[in-house]
Amino acid sequence: MKSAYLYYPGCTLETTAVEYHRATRALFGRLEVDLVEIDDWTCCGASAAEASSPLLALCLAARNLALAEAQASSSDILVPCSACYLNLRRVAVNTAQLQRVNTVLAKEQLQLAAPPAVRHLLDILSRDVGAARIADQIGRPLDGLKVAAYYGCQCLRPYPVFDDPERPTSMASLIQATGAEVFPWEMGARCCGAAHLTTKRSVGLKLVAEILVAARGADLVTTVCPMCQLNLEAYQGAVSRAVGQDLAIPVLYLPQLLGLAMGLDGEAVGLPLNLALSEALMMRLNGAVAG
Amino acid sequence: MMTRSATIGSVSTGHLSRMRTAVQACIQCGTCTGSCPNAFAMDRTPRQLWRLLLLGEMVEIFHSQTFILCSACYLCTLRCPRGLPLTELMAGLKAEAAKRGIGCHRSSSLFYDSFLANVRRHGRVREMALMTRYFTRLGRLGPPLANMGLGRRLMRKGKLKPSWPQKSSAKLDQLFACVAALEAEADGARES
Repeated sequence: MKSAYLYYPGCTLETTAVEYHRATRALFGRLEVDLVEIDDWTCCGASAAEASSPLLALCLAARNLALAEAQASSSDILVPCSACYLNLRRVAVNTAQLQRVNTVLAKEQLQLAAPPAVRHLLDILSRDVGAARIADQIGRPLDGLKVAAYYGCQCLRPYPVFDDPERPTSMASLIQATGAEVFPWEMGARCCGAAHLTTKRSVGLKLVAEILVAARGADLVTTVCPMCQLNLEAYQGAVSRAVGQDLAIPVLYLPQLLGLAMGLDGEAVGLPLNLALSEALMMRLNGAVAG
Repeated sequence: MMTRSATIGSVSTGHLSRMRTAVQACIQCGTCTGSCPNAFAMDRTPRQLWRLLLLGEMVEIFHSQTFILCSACYLCTLRCPRGLPLTELMAGLKAEAAKRGIGCHRSSSLFYDSFLANVRRHGRVREMALMTRYFTRLGRLGPPLANMGLGRRLMRKGKLKPSWPQKSSAKLDQLFACVAALEAEADGARES
């Protein structure tokens, strides 16, 4: 396993997903893997740039890859946000535009020649770290908890790199390593509605509702993307009222779940910042520290 | 119809023509529609949209909600038996609609525009400044009211901070300007 990665947190990990940032850093710290933040990184373009100009989308993402290349071209880049991951990865695939992109980057004395590999956090956890390494370090076994693994879209599609893009399973062995059970469902690779919750609220709420209804029976949902996380945790009240069922369920980022199972305390993985937690889960976590 | 189509332009040149070429191989199988999580809310299905593009019916396309409702889940792109870049084309239509200032897509276009203005100014997204600006430009009370509760919850957690006027870092100004110049050049070359 590699002992260091470049790290591109992305904008949301500084604000609405700051607990994802904290948990990722704490988990990799515990695994004795260094995460070296890319100096001076900027926004990847999110979904807005592509909906405005394809060239702008490529250039915003490419700027970060060029910075990474200048900093440490032989390290892989770990990206926790699925939208950032897709945008950064697209630059590497889109070689037809490379010359134009480099014309733009040259204004800042940057250049893209052989950028480091762009890798999603889940890719690195499932293939580089691996479940065995997690299982070896369990300090708070989560036996009996049923965890619904939610992957969302953009870590799987359009680039199926580390998992099946329709029926993903890469989280399963990691969840099992904590002692928890994988909740059987078909919604793991469904769309959470993304930015519809801001611009087309009623449509977004319907997508969230379908996922939360299917999660009934699980003890918690895990995610690997800030947008999926926010959509699944922030609208539980609105969706429960619309559907006429109580759909409240804790939603944790995967590094939070793994970190907690490895004995990190709630504060260290940013747990107080989550929007959807339950008393039952908190009691279960507090009572599960192995002596 | 004349006035509506006047702002929309013809499919025979430029970006629209390239998009039409990109769906030339569509066999109208409807796998895209069957895969789309948002199809239930669309006035035209994705399959119908691609047919309209092939026929050059740009007025119908730009006044439908279909492309605006694409949430970029990439299922259609993954499953298309012809391997067509359908999600990318949906984004392309969003960009073309925004460029033409088509009224029925104003709220989405304004969001993208506010987002990019925010990134251009600060380098990284400043969410409070972004949402404040977006809702102000939108000029309707419904959306900010619907989001106020969440905004408060996020502020209580310290994840969102009240937005004071901030100095622009101007870090990305050059990049945005250079992209705009390259695109103007390319558009000019296509027209002449």
